[in-house]
Amino acid sequence: MKLVTAIIKPFKLDEVREALSSIGVQGVTVTEVKGFGRQKGHTELYRGAEYVVDFLPKVKIEAAIKTDLLDRVIEAIEKSAKTGKIGDGKIFVSDLEQVVRIRTGETGADAL
Amino acid sequence: MKGRNMKRLLALIALGAALAGALSPVVAAASNDAATPIVVAQAAPDAKAPAATPPAAGTPAPAAAAPAAAATETAAPAPNKGDNAWMIVATVLVIMMSIPGLALFYGGLVRSKNMLSVLMQVFAIFSLIVVLWTIYGYSIAFTENGPFFGGMSRLFLSGIFTVKDGVGSFATAATFSKGVVIPEYLYVVFQATFAAITVALIVGAFAERMKFSAVLVFAVLWFTFAYLPIAHMVWFWPGPDGIKDAATLASETAKGGWLWQMGALDFAGGTVVHINAGVAGLVGAYVAGKRVGYGKDSMAPHNLTFTMIGASLLWVGWFGFNAGSALEAGDTAALAFINTLVATAAAVLSWMLAEWVIKGKPSMLGAASGAVAGLVAITPACGFVGVNGALILGLLAGLVCLWGVNGLKKMLGADDALDVFGVHAVGGIMGALLTGVFAAPKLGGQGIYDYVANKISADYSIFDQLIIQAKGVGTTIVWSGVVAFIAYKIVDLMIGLRVTEEEEREGLDISSHGESAYRI
Repeated sequence: MKLVTAIIKPFKLDEVREALSSIGVQGVTVTEVKGFGRQKGHTELYRGAEYVVDFLPKVKIEAAIKTDLLDRVIEAIEKSAKTGKIGDGKIFVSDLEQVVRIRTGETGADAL
Repeated sequence: MKGRNMKRLLALIALGAALAGALSPVVAAASNDAATPIVVAQAAPDAKAPAATPPAAGTPAPAAAAPAAAATETAAPAPNKGDNAWMIVATVLVIMMSIPGLALFYGGLVRSKNMLSVLMQVFAIFSLIVVLWTIYGYSIAFTENGPFFGGMSRLFLSGIFTVKDGVGSFATAATFSKGVVIPEYLYVVFQATFAAITVALIVGAFAERMKFSAVLVFAVLWFTFAYLPIAHMVWFWPGPDGIKDAATLASETAKGGWLWQMGALDFAGGTVVHINAGVAGLVGAYVAGKRVGYGKDSMAPHNLTFTMIGASLLWVGWFGFNAGSALEAGDTAALAFINTLVATAAAVLSWMLAEWVIKGKPSMLGAASGAVAGLVAITPACGFVGVNGALILGLLAGLVCLWGVNGLKKMLGADDALDVFGVHAVGGIMGALLTGVFAAPKLGGQGIYDYVANKISADYSIFDQLIIQAKGVGTTIVWSGVVAFIAYKIVDLMIGLRVTEEEEREGLDISSHGESAYRI
């Protein structure tokens, strides 16, 4: 099992969700986050006061999936979240040791 | 750091003193030259005075006219229901400027953790000043006594309603027209709202760091020793009804406040309200010191939507403030109304365009600030200047106040959190001075009304009036600055001005008031 974590542009969320649903991903968790990367922040000016905003709003998607789905999930996210401009985000993949479905007590791949 | 700020503060006060004092000889010389008696400076009256109109044209015999005229002279003028209705509406509009207008305008500009503290300070000050106004404020500001302070004859508003032989009667207050009066209670509440908003304006300068108790105690001290005397100096006079000839003009004028006697023009409160509050705010920002994290942490406004709503409520309410200051529903009110509309719109555009050119983007906060700058600048002028004068005043106000919150603010080096000085004092000073220029009849202004001849005075010297205006400005800066400084120091010794650093970081909403503005 793998945990796929993707940081994407907020307005791409719906497209990414649709792409993931269409390849059979059962569920994702979405978090509104802020961060900095190569995409530079911006300055805000309030009368005389200037503030540099380094942290930009992004959306973090987490999907726990079966390993055999991994390549298609990565491809789906990559295609649907891409604008070609700096700041499109990143996809992180990590091994997932255990999953438990709280309602039934199922574990492992059955719980996905 | 503290020493440098103190020097700046002293420099400011010295500047005001220079304006007020150093020009005295010039004024003396100028007034010696003038052969004409002092002319009471006020708005041209709208008096189509119903009770005191001369006998109707076509009265057959002079003999019949004489007793009629005598009868009208003795009969006390009665309030007009139209004027009353307008002044009630105007008063309500000014209340709306403070709560919620100013509260929201300021509230949107602070961080979300301090939203309620700002709303609460404005709300509580408004209430506090209304109560103090009733108890002693009105009496000290608007009764006859000396040139600087009024008397005690209206303590607890005594004597406004009296009963004689079972018949109750309400006292009236004079307006700027002979024979036109309004109920004194109405004048009391109208002026109460001015006092309240003036004190509430100050909190923007020391927002996000003061103890609530310190704010309240300061409000009492400053209201009593700065607002009341300045209001008395600028605005108190016995009214035009007693003025009949040069001798009564002199004797009636001598009963007025110090700056009134001098002939300072301030239609709706450029000195009394805006310079007064702006200077007190700046002194507060110096004495209280900067917010924790100032210059390092982001202190960006948390909700500019509220700020826009607040600015709009201020703008609408300001028609009560400015047009209401005519004290009757006539031509001068209409003039003040259109000037308040035009100057403000011009200031929005000039601030917006200047910001666009200089900073690259036209901001909503800039437009809202421009509106307030224009409103402030036209306040002293609105009943005196022509519409073109208002247009120019508004355009200049947007530019000058934009500098007030940028270049000037950096020079002053104080953490005037919401730019009370940069907008209200700077705009007020500009407006008060230019009132002297654009009030000139040859520039489309109303000039100075001569209550002896009952027409606009033929003499108007822009230079002389400018100097009188400068004395009014300087007096207000020094008086307000000195009183504010002493008041802050007293409060600091008594209870301390600021919350602890920990409380400040947590936010005043939780630490001072035990509640949060938002639960999302």
